[in-house]
Amino acid sequence: MNALLFSAISGVLMMFSGISVKRNATVRGLAIVLLLVVLAGTILDLQGVRLLHINTEGMLGFSRFSSLFMLVAVVSTLAYFLLSARDMEAVGNHYSEYFALIFFILTGVAMTAGFQSLLILFLGIEVLSIPLYILAGAEKNNLKSNEAALKYFLMGSFSTGLLLMGIALVYGATGTFATVPFTPADGKVPVLLTTGMMMLLFGLSFKVSAAPFHFWTPDVYDGSPTVFTSFMATVVKAAGFIAFMRLFNDAFSNIAPQWKLLVAVIVAVTLFVGNITAVFQQSVKRMLAYSSIAQAGFMMMAVYALNSDAQDGLILYAAAYSFATIGIFAVLIRMKDQSFEGFNGFARQQPLLAATLVVFLLSLAGIPLTAGFLSKLYMLRATMQAGSLALPLFAVLMAAISVYYYFRLLQAMYFREGNSGATLQVTGGFKVTLVLLAAATILLGVFPELLTQWLYF
Amino acid sequence: MTVLLLFLLPLIGGLVTFALKDAKLARGWALLVAFAVMALSLAGFAALRSGETLAFNAPWLGSLGSSFSLSLDGLSGILTLLTGVAYPIILLATWKTDYRKAANFFGLMLLTQAGLMGVFLATDALLFYFFWELALIPVYFLCSGWGNERRIPVTFKFFIYTFLGSVIMLIALLYLYAQTPDSSFAMQAFYKLRLSNGSQSFLFWMLFVAFAVKMPIFPFHTWQPDTYEQSPTAVTMVLSGLMVKMGVFGVLRWVLPVVPNAAFIWGDVVMSLCVIGIIYASLIALQQDDLKRLVAYSSIAHIGLMGAAIFAETRTGLQGVLIQLFHHGINIIGLWIVVELIERRFGTRKLSELGGIAHKAPALTILLVVVAFANISLPLTNSFPGEFLMFNGIWSSGGTKYNVLFTVLAATSIILGAAYTLKMVQRVFFGAANERTEAGYRLQTPETVALLLVVGMILWFGFYPQPLISATEGFVNGLLKVANYSNFVVR
Repeated sequence: MNALLFSAISGVLMMFSGISVKRNATVRGLAIVLLLVVLAGTILDLQGVRLLHINTEGMLGFSRFSSLFMLVAVVSTLAYFLLSARDMEAVGNHYSEYFALIFFILTGVAMTAGFQSLLILFLGIEVLSIPLYILAGAEKNNLKSNEAALKYFLMGSFSTGLLLMGIALVYGATGTFATVPFTPADGKVPVLLTTGMMMLLFGLSFKVSAAPFHFWTPDVYDGSPTVFTSFMATVVKAAGFIAFMRLFNDAFSNIAPQWKLLVAVIVAVTLFVGNITAVFQQSVKRMLAYSSIAQAGFMMMAVYALNSDAQDGLILYAAAYSFATIGIFAVLIRMKDQSFEGFNGFARQQPLLAATLVVFLLSLAGIPLTAGFLSKLYMLRATMQAGSLALPLFAVLMAAISVYYYFRLLQAMYFREGNSGATLQVTGGFKVTLVLLAAATILLGVFPELLTQWLYF
Repeated sequence: MTVLLLFLLPLIGGLVTFALKDAKLARGWALLVAFAVMALSLAGFAALRSGETLAFNAPWLGSLGSSFSLSLDGLSGILTLLTGVAYPIILLATWKTDYRKAANFFGLMLLTQAGLMGVFLATDALLFYFFWELALIPVYFLCSGWGNERRIPVTFKFFIYTFLGSVIMLIALLYLYAQTPDSSFAMQAFYKLRLSNGSQSFLFWMLFVAFAVKMPIFPFHTWQPDTYEQSPTAVTMVLSGLMVKMGVFGVLRWVLPVVPNAAFIWGDVVMSLCVIGIIYASLIALQQDDLKRLVAYSSIAHIGLMGAAIFAETRTGLQGVLIQLFHHGINIIGLWIVVELIERRFGTRKLSELGGIAHKAPALTILLVVVAFANISLPLTNSFPGEFLMFNGIWSSGGTKYNVLFTVLAATSIILGAAYTLKMVQRVFFGAANERTEAGYRLQTPETVALLLVVGMILWFGFYPQPLISATEGFVNGLLKVANYSNFVVR
């Protein structure tokens, strides 16, 4: 609750700071300070301390799970601010507004993490999406950015429509907006409910870019300013999964046979499409867009499994995936040539940055000793506990394919001749943040309990 | 504590190496660490012989049902001994090779050693998987970073192959884990499982594929000759002498005792693959002009024989495999040393471009001939007892109906092995010298020490194989108790 309030207030403050504060460095400093306040609020949430007592019963409720996810989201955003806030200056003239929009997105994230009613779910997703449409088109003079924004907006509105229709149908069947377990009275699930649930499933699949609802993703990620793609592909996407999992866990777990197979198919298709298409990409940015689809397939396994392992796993996955992707994007933003060849010889020019990128890439590929491996392991274990053997097997085969495109970047950096990155200017703070992020990736890969214990104690 | 140090010492030593700026310093430091690890592995082996079981346990990933547990039994004892002894030899033999970014090279070498030690010592399936991958990553960097011209695609193929095998293995391990009553990854919990023949069979193949790729067993071997050829020789030694043992080790530790019925049911199929591999690889070795490729194929043949002997599931056969694990490692490293010296000195590995070295470099020739004899397992060389026991084991196996056929076919490897090895010796060392080999070669101190160590072990264990046999007897008996065709009941 604190997190939600603080980030909303911070958003408003940032918006108005544009009037009085002219220096970019001050704006950036203010944003980071405000984010630290939000972080403190989140930690208080996790400790069960409420600063303001507002009655949100039946609408919003923050369990440990949602607060912990919020923590991961805020920490990822902090890392993102520290690494990439400077690069937002290049996008356009509305520096403080960008931060304001990001704070509003965080508000939306908090809502999707804590909803107890379909209405709040809808509100949360909208609060989270609309600022993204603006950010996608922030580079006003760039045609591709405009295209991305328009595409994102049209597709997003359409899926919102689906979502709303689904909510209406579910309401029609159950008579309530509350996300409480629905138990069919005579063992028969009303068609109205099934239809509504399907629409919710499709609408949310759209938001998390699960195949076959992913077609907007590569173009939007590619067209948007890279610095915002980074945020879009990580924190926002993970938030979508939290909403997804919470909805199906809270409301639809009793009618699992109605949707299990469908979700399994979506998982398999997402993994397949994401991984296979990523193999053929020539630009690192587009590769990361498809990789985000592929990783979405793994995260969606949590929705399929819906057990305590899946909860632990999704939190860990959100952290592992966000840290790694934010780290890679932070370097990518500053590269002149964003193709694979653009990274040739990078390790020789920037040994430290290259080493941290290796950690992130290994984490995304799911190599042991990184958080990426353990989060994948949790997902596989959860899915297996849920009684599927084919799905985990398919998933690891796809993970083996993913090694191909992640290692291509690694090969370019270390084993191919070139002098990319020679002119790269990075500050000491940037390096320190990147190293810390890599260290966190490894630490979580050895002691995942550091994070998951917060769910229980 | 010794077992923990066996893993920690190369790990920390390796990490320290990265920080060293000076190439010579890094090299010296790596050798120092390697000797310390060798001393530790000898101490571990001594403890094993005195009947002591060294183990280390610490809680780790408890929420997943895993723990950080290492232990030293007959199998891990012999393999850690090999890993410990091989490293100083490898480093000495390649002492004169210049590497760019030497600190990184030696650091990665030591990290590989840490990974190998971990694989051999782990008695927890998840920990085993961790180490399994950890040993692979530094090798990937070593081969891609310091290899020959075609190194990048070749190493990548190797990596994808092994990674694909290992993720399939991961699913099998997770499945086994789900079957254990107390949700545990512990080896002993896996050994207690009694699964139906059907599930054992698919688990068998999922596990076996990972290990078969690593060994490699026909038809999973296609990565191997290219990778050996393209890697820097020091890494080739690690790959062929030590890393292939991971595959054999995996079968002995995680396949045979865990899915014994399936190992029996599919024994004939696997033995057939092994025998095909033996003949096929030997025939190809006979045709090779490149020394590295010749040795690579010869290694496939030797490993194939080990595979066949494992699935014969007899006491003698398994005993033979266990001591051969050590000897094969030593012998093949010996062969690589000679290849490395020849290539460095004469600038070619082609049999057709060499010749007449015997007159010009007699010392080198004598040492090579001993190693070559060991490669064809002549009596009084170290590999004779092992091969003898393995053939004996395949012959006397009651687990297969085709034991005689398998023995006869596998025995062609003796003849073919002699043919290609002697052909190599003849082409390289005898005949007329040409302008390349005219200059001859004087052995230098570090590589002489390395070769003498190899030759010394070949002769010593040829005369006196008992220490290795007696150290592993206990393990073989224990394994046969869990996994033996005579336990097999048709359900």
